[in-house]
Amino acid sequence: MSATSAHINEHRDDTASKLGMWLFIFTELMLFGGLFITYSVYRYSHSGAFHLAAQELDVTMGTINTVILLISSMTLAMSTTAIQKKDKRTTLILIGITLVLALVFLVNKYFEWSAKIGHGIWPGSPLLEELGRGDTLFFGLYFFMTGLHAVHIIVGMVILIVVFVFVWKDKLTFDNFQLLENGGLYWHLVDLIWIFLFPLFYLIT
Amino acid sequence: MTSNDSENKGYKSYLEEDGGRKGIFKWILSTDHKRIALLYLYSMMVWFTVGVVLGLLMKLELIAPGQTIMGPQSYNATFTVHGVIMIFLIVIPGLPAVFGNFMLPIQIGAKDVAFPRLNLLSWYIYVLGSILVILSLFGNGPPDTGWTFYAPYSFKTGTNMLPAALGAFVLGFSSILTGLNFIVTIHRMRAPGMTWFKMPLFTWTLYGTGWIQLLATPIIGITLLMVAGDRILGIGFFDPAKGGDPLLYQHLFWIYSHPAVYIMILPAMGVISEIIPTFSKKTIFGYKAIVLSTLAIAFVGYFVWGHHMFTSGMSGTALYTFSILTFLVAIPSAIKVFNWISTMHQGSISTDIPFLWAASFIFVFLIGGLTGLVVGALATDVHLHDTAFVVAHFHFIVFGGVGFAFFGAIHYWFPKIFGRMYDKSWAKTGWIIFFVGFVTLYGPMFYLGMIGMPRRYFDYLDEFHGPNIVSTLGALVMIAGLLIILTNLIKAARHGEKTTEMNPWGGTNLEWQIPTPPPLENFDEIPVIEKATYKYD
Amino acid sequence: MSDTSHHIVPYSTYGLILLLLLVLTGTSVAVTQIELTKWSTAVALLLAGTKSAFVLAIFMHLKFDQKIFRIMAVLIILLLASVIIITFLDYAFR
Ligand code: HEM
Ligand SMILES: [Cu+2]
Repeated sequence: MSATSAHINEHRDDTASKLGMWLFIFTELMLFGGLFITYSVYRYSHSGAFHLAAQELDVTMGTINTVILLISSMTLAMSTTAIQKKDKRTTLILIGITLVLALVFLVNKYFEWSAKIGHGIWPGSPLLEELGRGDTLFFGLYFFMTGLHAVHIIVGMVILIVVFVFVWKDKLTFDNFQLLENGGLYWHLVDLIWIFLFPLFYLIT
Repeated sequence: MTSNDSENKGYKSYLEEDGGRKGIFKWILSTDHKRIALLYLYSMMVWFTVGVVLGLLMKLELIAPGQTIMGPQSYNATFTVHGVIMIFLIVIPGLPAVFGNFMLPIQIGAKDVAFPRLNLLSWYIYVLGSILVILSLFGNGPPDTGWTFYAPYSFKTGTNMLPAALGAFVLGFSSILTGLNFIVTIHRMRAPGMTWFKMPLFTWTLYGTGWIQLLATPIIGITLLMVAGDRILGIGFFDPAKGGDPLLYQHLFWIYSHPAVYIMILPAMGVISEIIPTFSKKTIFGYKAIVLSTLAIAFVGYFVWGHHMFTSGMSGTALYTFSILTFLVAIPSAIKVFNWISTMHQGSISTDIPFLWAASFIFVFLIGGLTGLVVGALATDVHLHDTAFVVAHFHFIVFGGVGFAFFGAIHYWFPKIFGRMYDKSWAKTGWIIFFVGFVTLYGPMFYLGMIGMPRRYFDYLDEFHGPNIVSTLGALVMIAGLLIILTNLIKAARHGEKTTEMNPWGGTNLEWQIPTPPPLENFDEIPVIEKATYKYD
Repeated sequence: MSDTSHHIVPYSTYGLILLLLLVLTGTSVAVTQIELTKWSTAVALLLAGTKSAFVLAIFMHLKFDQKIFRIMAVLIILLLASVIIITFLDYAFR
């Protein structure tokens, strides 16, 4: 930034930035934690309706998206190995694959949501009003939680694009790749949350 | 202690070092933790003034039964905005953002916090949050839900509740980032030899607070987003007509907001643990007990939120569990009081103004804490819930606790921060007037609550008139004291007598071993710590 | 800082973990599609827990990092679990 902040860059502390990232991940976990509390309470009090409502969701689509996210997590994890092996090309390719997979995930999500909306199911829709309380809550949570998750995917993609450019321009290298690792941590968090969203919404039929 | 004077050392203090910037940019672009601390201090002073004026308006309304100066709608808006400002803009960020920012790096022997730019960003987010709170005043009228935003009213009211809730959400973000920064700083930037159990107690309390900020705040964030979802999209999370459970809102709200009261009080306890040994010239009694009780409070504090919901219709099992847990959390608080008193015992006490604030802190904190047990006990709370008694309880502990600690802190660290000294006799005059006013203002509310006066109404029955007059008069006295204190401090910050004394009070921590006011990076060379803290030879 | 000596994880480890995660995903889909018993949710959650343990340990490098990260992660998960349990002291006994 300028004179006052120049001293900060004198020595780099990778562990500090990693710790910072982990703390941020803990915050995010508690953010979704609030929703998981809500989910478990309503699941408990409307269990029958939740079972029936879950049948409306497309298990195949959900499974495909799960697989996509898992693979993208792996490719990104591999990129940290690639960069440490000073293999810039592979690093870039792996980050690139992750980004493409993320995009595919979002496209799938888009079709899934559109299908639901096409069937008259959206938060506060008249059809939900008719279907009853359990369905209202189930789909309210479904849209809210997967929506928030999608927002995290988008944020993660932005981070990964920055990381990609930095690797490309040799700002991130084998001895200085904490940003890549932090981006990875964030991405795995997004994966982690999906690992729970998937059974909770798609598999309780 | 060789030289106690930082004159003639040929250094530039952080106040002179402007990074080549001019005017206000010296402040709003600087990533120096000390300047950021003062940015917070100045913005909070503005908000505090607004909050106090709103509080006074409420007291004036309550000076007599019936409508005195405002109607019910204005009264509801006033206590809501008063609460939102005082809680989210003042006491939650207060001690960590101002004194934590300033003192934490110095106390552990570091040149700055771990992420200085993030630190500045937190302040900008704070400002953004406060702008949202201001925005809520316009349009459909200020929110009237109370600072608790209870559903279902919060998504039904026609007033501008959304900007206020969004403001609280954004302010939470600022709070999280500050906590994150502090935790990393404490883990990674302690000077050589500064082991965990040599850390000053104020730093320890900031550590505990940081974790609560980090792990509790997101819960209210998401809860407010859900309310926004109910309001904008009609999702129905908390709408009983759609199957939602308003009680779940209360659970989620208090899962954050009870730990939040520890965000407020822990650093206050830290400040007191600094002031008492300095002015008793004695090692703090039971250092480890204080540290452990800090961590215990932070931890157990997560599991007592239900004591705010004793009359809301929870299950019996939940009721008595929460009551028992609430009693448990009082134990570590009591341990601290014993420690402070034992520290004073047989010390050579000097009754300088920071000590007076600390001693009066212990007094009001005791009353606040003990009445906390009264409302923490299931049976008595059924009678006292939502009465003036609760208002008295939390003002004794939030305003009395955090406020007194804040004033103690500013009088304690003032010479170090500004390199100037305030007028000590005016400071004492202000303190005694403030103290008397405070007790007169909130004391009668305990009684009013016990005889049944509910909170949050603009009107009351004739039989409550007497104590209410006393209370309003107390408010006027207290505000007179406040004006004296603030004028004295503001005058001193601008024209007070210059001082370069490094250690005016004879404290033992690192902040007293560096020049006054501190240089830009605090230390020329990172110190190596050998002695345990709070050692007086 | 010297304490961040990085352990280079071979590609094959990541590949293996992915394989495992996919198998676990398949299992949980299979278990819940075949027949709904009151255990199927519990099984699905258990499998999800196992999957996240692998992601945390290997992809997120907790296994190779300093112990403090592991301690923190475990404590935070316990905290969230306790909060959920205590909430249910209300809902389960209403
Ligand atoms: C010994 C420790 C404490 C105990 C046992 C305790 C107990 C309680 C209880 C049971 C209530 C709810 C009363 C009711 O609504 O009927 C309450 C309210 C409150 N307490 Fe405490 N408390 C303690 C310490 C604190 C501290 C340290 C703070 C803040 C620094 C605090 C701030 C508050 C606030 C703000 C409220 C009112 C919230 C509202 O309804 O608007 N308390 N306390
Ligand atoms: Cu509480």
